[in-house]
Amino acid sequence: MASDSTLRWQHGEVVETIDAADGVRRIVIQPERPMTAAPGSHIDVVIVHEGRALRRSYSVVRSADDGRRWTISVQLSRASRGGSRAMHALRKGETLRVSDPLQNFPLGVGAARYVLVAGGIGVTALVAMASALRRRGADYSVVFVGRSRTAMAYLDELAAEHGERLHVHIDDEGGGLDPTALIGGIAGSDAAAHTELYMCGPIGLMDALGRAWSAHGLPSYNLRFETFGSSGAWASQEFHVAIPALDRTVVVREDDSLLDALEDAGIEVMWDCRKGECGLCTLRVLGCDGEIDHRDVFFSEEQKAANTSLCACVSRVADGARSPGLKGPRTLTIDLP
Amino acid sequence: MTVPTSRATVATTGTVDPSPGEVGAPIDPIGPSAPTSAVSKIFAYPLNAWYVAAWDHEVTAKRPFARTVAGRPLALWRTSDGRVSALADACWHRLAPLSKGKVIGDELQCPYHGLRYNSSGRCTAMPAQQTVNPSAAVPSFPVVERHRYVWVWLGDTDLADPALVPDMHQMDSADWAGDGETIAARCNYQLVLDNLMDLTHEEFVHSSSIGQSELSESGFEVTHDHRNVTVSRWMRDIEAPPFWRKNMRDRFPDFEGRVDRWQIIHFEAPSTICIDVGVAKAGTGAPEGDRSQGVNGFVMNTITPESDRSCHYFWAFMRNYRLESQSITTQLRDGVHGVFGEDEEMLIAQQEAIDANPDYEFYSLNIDAGGMWVRRILDRMLQAEGRSSTARTQG
Repeated sequence: MASDSTLRWQHGEVVETIDAADGVRRIVIQPERPMTAAPGSHIDVVIVHEGRALRRSYSVVRSADDGRRWTISVQLSRASRGGSRAMHALRKGETLRVSDPLQNFPLGVGAARYVLVAGGIGVTALVAMASALRRRGADYSVVFVGRSRTAMAYLDELAAEHGERLHVHIDDEGGGLDPTALIGGIAGSDAAAHTELYMCGPIGLMDALGRAWSAHGLPSYNLRFETFGSSGAWASQEFHVAIPALDRTVVVREDDSLLDALEDAGIEVMWDCRKGECGLCTLRVLGCDGEIDHRDVFFSEEQKAANTSLCACVSRVADGARSPGLKGPRTLTIDLP
Repeated sequence: MTVPTSRATVATTGTVDPSPGEVGAPIDPIGPSAPTSAVSKIFAYPLNAWYVAAWDHEVTAKRPFARTVAGRPLALWRTSDGRVSALADACWHRLAPLSKGKVIGDELQCPYHGLRYNSSGRCTAMPAQQTVNPSAAVPSFPVVERHRYVWVWLGDTDLADPALVPDMHQMDSADWAGDGETIAARCNYQLVLDNLMDLTHEEFVHSSSIGQSELSESGFEVTHDHRNVTVSRWMRDIEAPPFWRKNMRDRFPDFEGRVDRWQIIHFEAPSTICIDVGVAKAGTGAPEGDRSQGVNGFVMNTITPESDRSCHYFWAFMRNYRLESQSITTQLRDGVHGVFGEDEEMLIAQQEAIDANPDYEFYSLNIDAGGMWVRRILDRMLQAEGRSSTARTQG
C-alpha cells in the first residue's frame, strides 16, 4: 500500500561492477532519478538475454549518496534462466531499465530485539537492515550462514561493522547452523514475544527456521521473510502440463515458469504478485506423475502436502523421490485455469 | 542519535534575511538566478520531527482514532499494555481506512475484509486463507507519549530520537495546573507560528481581553540557537488589561493598581511555542526575577501540520497559582478559547487572502524577527531533508 510499492520504471547506468565473492558480482547502478532505497527494498531490472527481455528482482544492498548509487549483488545461478548470466556480463557504462526501489520487506520499529538470518546470497536483503539497526542503537544480532567462506559476499564488511553481533556459520568449516538451537534460544529469552526475526536465504533454511519458529509457539507475524520464489526443494527441470478440458498439453521448460508457459500458449491465467504470495494464480491439480515442488508461501504446509492445488507463478514439478525409473518429463494434469 | 537539523552555524547577525527560501539552497534549480522572493507563503513542513497527533485521552484501546499528520492519515489506538500504535490509515489490501475498523485484543481489524494488524503494522490474519502474505503490512510510525500528548514521527525512522520531543513539561508537572483544547485551523501551520512569535497583534485582535497599546510601544529582545528562538518583552508600570486584572484578583483578591507585564515566547523546532506570560504588582521586582507578587501562566502551543493549508493547533493554559481550583482552570480555558477564536478567525481570513492574491508576496516588519528566525530554522531542517521551504502544491 505504501508509495514504495508502486512500480515505476526508469533507467540506470552501471557505474561499477566487480566480483564480491566466488560467483557473486557486485553491481553499482546510478539511477537517472535518484531515490533512497530503504532497508529491505529491492529493484526490478529488465535484462535482455538471447533476445528475450527478462525481469528480475534484486535486493538493494546499499543505497548511498542520497539515492544516487544503488548497490546490488547477483549470484551466478547454476539453474539460471539467463538472468544472472546476463547480469554478470554487464559492463561499466551500460544502461538498463530499472524500477524505483520497491518495498516488500520493511524493517519494523519498536521490537525489543531483532535477529537477522542471512543464507548465502540472501545476505543482500539484510546488509542495510543491519546497518539501520546499528545506527538506531537497537538490540540486534546478525546470523550469516554459507557453504564456504569464499562464496559469502559481504562477510568482511559485516564483521567489521557488527563485531560480536555477527554470528557466522560455514558448512565446509564444520560450523553449520542448527535452526532449532537458534530459535530455541530466542524462545527461551525474556524478549521472546517481542523479538522479530528477518530472514532471507534458500528455501530449505527458511523452512527449517519457520518450522522451529512455530514449534516454539513464537508469533508468526514476528517472523519476516522475503522470497523471490526462485528456490525449491528440487532443481528446476522441464515438465509437461496437461489440460484435459482444453485437450492441450503445454511444455514448461527448465528456464520457464508454469505461469509463463501457459500464457505463452495463449491460456489465460489470473495472477498478481508472480512470486508465490498472493494466491491468485492457483491451479487445481487433477493428477501428477512427479513431485510437486511448492515454492510459494501462500499455501500452508497441510495444503501443500495435500497437493490439490499449486501456485502457477513459482511452483514446478520434478522427478523428486516419487518417480524413480520413469523416463521423460513428468506431467502435471490441471483443471481449467 | 544526532539532531536531524542542519548543523550549519546559525548566523548571529540581528538582521532579518528576507529570503529564507534561498538560504544556501542548492536544491532549487532556479534558486540562485530567480528573483529573490519574499518569504514562502505556503511553508513546507519538516518530516524529521515529532508532531502531536492527539491528546493522550483521545487515543484508547476501545476504538481507533483518525488524524492526519503532515499529510499522512493515521489510525491510532492502544494495545493492552497501554502503548499507542500509529499506523497508516489504509489497509494493505484495498486501502480501506483502518480507523473505521475495530480494536480486537492487541490488534486492529480492517472494517472491510477483516484483515488484522498488530501494533507494528504487520498483518496477522487474512480472510479465507491459512497463511498470511509475507509482504502484507502497513507502515507504522514511531510514537512517544509525553506531556499529555501523543507524538508521532513521520520522517526517517532512524532519526526518531525521543530526546527531540519538545519541552512542554508544564503540561504534566505537579507545579502547574490547567487545560486546553485543539483548534482545527484552516491555514498553513507557519501562519500560526508567525501569530504566536509576535504578540503585537494582541492590541488589534484581542483588544477586549489582553490587548493594550503598550504591547506595540515596548521593545523586545530576540535570542536563538539552532532549534530555539526566544522573544522577550517587558511592559513596566502599566494598567493590567481585563484578563490579567481578573487573574491577579484570583490570587490577590483586593488587588488594585498598576502592574509589570511580561511575555517571553519560547519556540522549539519545529512548531512548539510555550509562552511565559504574567503580571506582577508594579515595581515589586518581577523583571529582576522576583515574581512572588504576581501571577504566572504558560500558554502551551504546539502546531501539527495536517496539509499545506490546514493544521491541528493544540493549546493549553497552565498556571502556577491556585492549583486546587478547578473553577479557575475552567475559566482560563474558556477565556483563552475566546481569545484564540479571534486568532483563528484572522488566520483563516489571512489564508483566504493569500490564496486569493497569488501574485503578491510577503514583506516583513521589524516585529517579525522572532518569526523570521523560526522560518530560517525550519528552512534549514527542510534543506537537511533535501527539500525547500516552499510547499509544492496545486494551490
